[in-house]
Amino acid sequence: MIYFDNSATTKPYPEVLDTYRTAAEQFFANPSSIHKLGGRSEELLKKSREQAAQLLRVKPQEVIFTSGGTEGNNFAIKGTAFAFRHRGKHLMTTRVEHPASLRAFEQLEALGFDVTYLEVDRNGRISLDDVKKALREDTILVSVIHVNNELGTIQPVKEIGQLLKDRPKTLFHVDHVQGFTKVPLDFHEANIDLCTISGHKIHGPKGTGILYKREGIMLSPLLAGGGQEFGFRSGTENLPAIAAFVKAMRLSLERAQNGGIARLRNMTDRLRQALASHPLLSFNTPSGASAPHILNLTVKGIRSEVLVHALDRQGIYVSTKSACSSKTQEPSAVLLATGLSEEDASHAIRISLSFENTMDEVESFLDIFMQTIDKLETVME
Amino acid sequence: MDHIYLDHAATTPVDPAVVEAMLPVYREIFGNPSSIHYFGREARKLIEDAREVIAAEIGATPKEIIFTSGGTESDNAALIGAAHARQALGRHIITTKIEHHAVLHTCEHLEKEGFDVTYLDVDQKGRISLDAFKNALRPDTILVSIMYGNNEVGTLQPIKEIASLLKGTNALFHTDAVQAFGLEAINVRDIGVDLMSITAHKFNGPKGVGFLYIREGVLLETYQHGGEQERKRRAGTHNVPGIVGMAKAVKLVSENREEKKQMMYRLRQRMLDRLTEEGIDFAINGDLENGLAHILNLYFPGTRVEALLSALDLAGVAVSSGSACTAGSVEPSHVLTAMFGSDAPQAKSSLRISFGLYNTEEQVETAARIIAKTVSGWQKPKHSG
Ligand SMILES: Cc1ncc(COP(=O)(O)O)c(C=O)c1O
Ligand SMILES: Cc1ncc(COP(=O)(O)O)c(C=O)c1O
Repeated sequence: MIYFDNSATTKPYPEVLDTYRTAAEQFFANPSSIHKLGGRSEELLKKSREQAAQLLRVKPQEVIFTSGGTEGNNFAIKGTAFAFRHRGKHLMTTRVEHPASLRAFEQLEALGFDVTYLEVDRNGRISLDDVKKALREDTILVSVIHVNNELGTIQPVKEIGQLLKDRPKTLFHVDHVQGFTKVPLDFHEANIDLCTISGHKIHGPKGTGILYKREGIMLSPLLAGGGQEFGFRSGTENLPAIAAFVKAMRLSLERAQNGGIARLRNMTDRLRQALASHPLLSFNTPSGASAPHILNLTVKGIRSEVLVHALDRQGIYVSTKSACSSKTQEPSAVLLATGLSEEDASHAIRISLSFENTMDEVESFLDIFMQTIDKLETVME
Repeated sequence: MDHIYLDHAATTPVDPAVVEAMLPVYREIFGNPSSIHYFGREARKLIEDAREVIAAEIGATPKEIIFTSGGTESDNAALIGAAHARQALGRHIITTKIEHHAVLHTCEHLEKEGFDVTYLDVDQKGRISLDAFKNALRPDTILVSIMYGNNEVGTLQPIKEIASLLKGTNALFHTDAVQAFGLEAINVRDIGVDLMSITAHKFNGPKGVGFLYIREGVLLETYQHGGEQERKRRAGTHNVPGIVGMAKAVKLVSENREEKKQMMYRLRQRMLDRLTEEGIDFAINGDLENGLAHILNLYFPGTRVEALLSALDLAGVAVSSGSACTAGSVEPSHVLTAMFGSDAPQAKSSLRISFGLYNTEEQVETAARIIAKTVSGWQKPKHSG
């Protein structure tokens, strides 16, 4: 089995499951309960938050636990729009966001907000000039995906942050779901106000995430209720999963620091090198300024679904596009935004690696992949 | 000494069998259910199986169940989704003064948006009056949200009667059945609700997962946007192990339901008997006849609840003053205030004792003795003096 669909979701580390199980058994009480058992849960929640903050180099009160990346993006985007609508109604984002952002912006448009969608170049990258030009007096939010989930393209987040530095009324949100642990990002240096991460993309449990919210920003909460998470996100905390998620953060960051990122880069480089000369193949992921774990490519003449299923039968797992929309047959909107033809976009697959993958797997993948496309090619002809 | 946990209305320990059902999913079927390859398809099967189990349990069809991150999300999604979807028909909402904050604060939010919300009073047993409800009903009422059983005092509301009063009106009927689900057998067709919120951690399932029943044909405005999960009604990568764990907990809780309920009644009665034997002065807040089997809310005249709670905690008994979410604050319970008035002593001197699966009669005996001893410390001097 070769699992190269880590941008869709990752397998939790065994240590993460141990933490989950232990916490579920020993810290089941509600952290809001004031008895000793509740107090112990609260203590674990506090420790988890402190550790997450330390790993992200932010303050504990800036860490808000959520149910995942979708909630984080929705909360950041709508929470800003609803809280600051009196300051202005202009929002800015890009054409290549994850649906969790795009659909939120579409809802806001329906509510009367004015949204600028920045175009991208062939590499899937926006231009800083376009950001500058689109900024207005009434711009209250700029929201940008750091690492694109389909292409791996990295946006110039730091530079955008610099641009926004002397605009205190414009908040800056970054969707860091794909980049976290694989593409380092200093929130302070990039002047980020809000940043979304998700647990299941970094070998943590599903249903967990963090929204980093710079201290002092009063977002309008999406979930009203018991007032957990400093009043910004109500609902009984999923403590075992939170503790397990923070464990996954620590382990993933450790691996990143201990040569993990370089190993990912070596693996994608090897894939590129081996596949570059094949006449049917072209890379959609740019070679510069892209994440080390994602490689998107078009296989001329072979529809993505056909290839994904053919590989699937041989125990190799890759994807057509982002998992959330992989059921619909339409070509990826992200690839189309880069100027790819409908045909090339319908023939694209995404290979996405994790710290768990090895060069041996890459070599086996290459063998089977080459054979498979050769076979499919003859069938197609 | 081991703590005796009598705070199951705040949350319950997860059943080891539930964790056992979840771990292999984490390990082996870790795929994203939206992926089209093997791991995605297997994960998809698991959540669809879970959906069937859950739907069957409440007499719904699988299409009518959407998975959420818990009770708070279900309540928010139901109320905001329904209010926004129906606002062209009217802007009036009816709820009660004793709802959980996940409903109350959401209603307050809707008021800020211009909706008109009626908060029904309750009687001293914590029950609304059907007459008052009828009087509150207006042609522009688009949503009614009334909880099935209260989380602080356990009182059950006349859900079926309300549903029949709403027949032929424009109003959607939502019930927060978070506390009731499990011990109460609930059939949505039978009770006639359109929307129902459930969270798994109240019936020995995992935290961070719940569901919302949405009757077929009822359209809500989506509140969490993104991928196309849950037929576009709730975006976000599925919490597959959580969903599997919840379905397992549903299966477990429906086995021998009546036996478990009887056990709760016995524990509750034992607590009451013992306190009576010990000569403690107390009164029941709520309605034993018409209440949830696992919740007992007691007024101990002369005590101060914060001090009482910490004394009991030191003595090894974990109970609470009200809902966990508000327990951290010293605000008097909004439920007891609604029942007895804002200056009522009940609001300052009452405990919620809530039983669960792993409690034994011995534990309840011990806890009752400790409660009696602690309470008498307040009551004796007063009575003798
Ligand atoms: C870039 C990006 N943002 C947001 C999300 C949504 O996160 P989640 O699946 O945790 O809801 C994903 C993944 O699906 C993603 O890749
Ligand atoms: C009646 C009721 N509704 C809603 C909730 C909120 O559920 P959750 O904590 O899963 O968000 C609770 C418990 O906290 C509750 O008791």
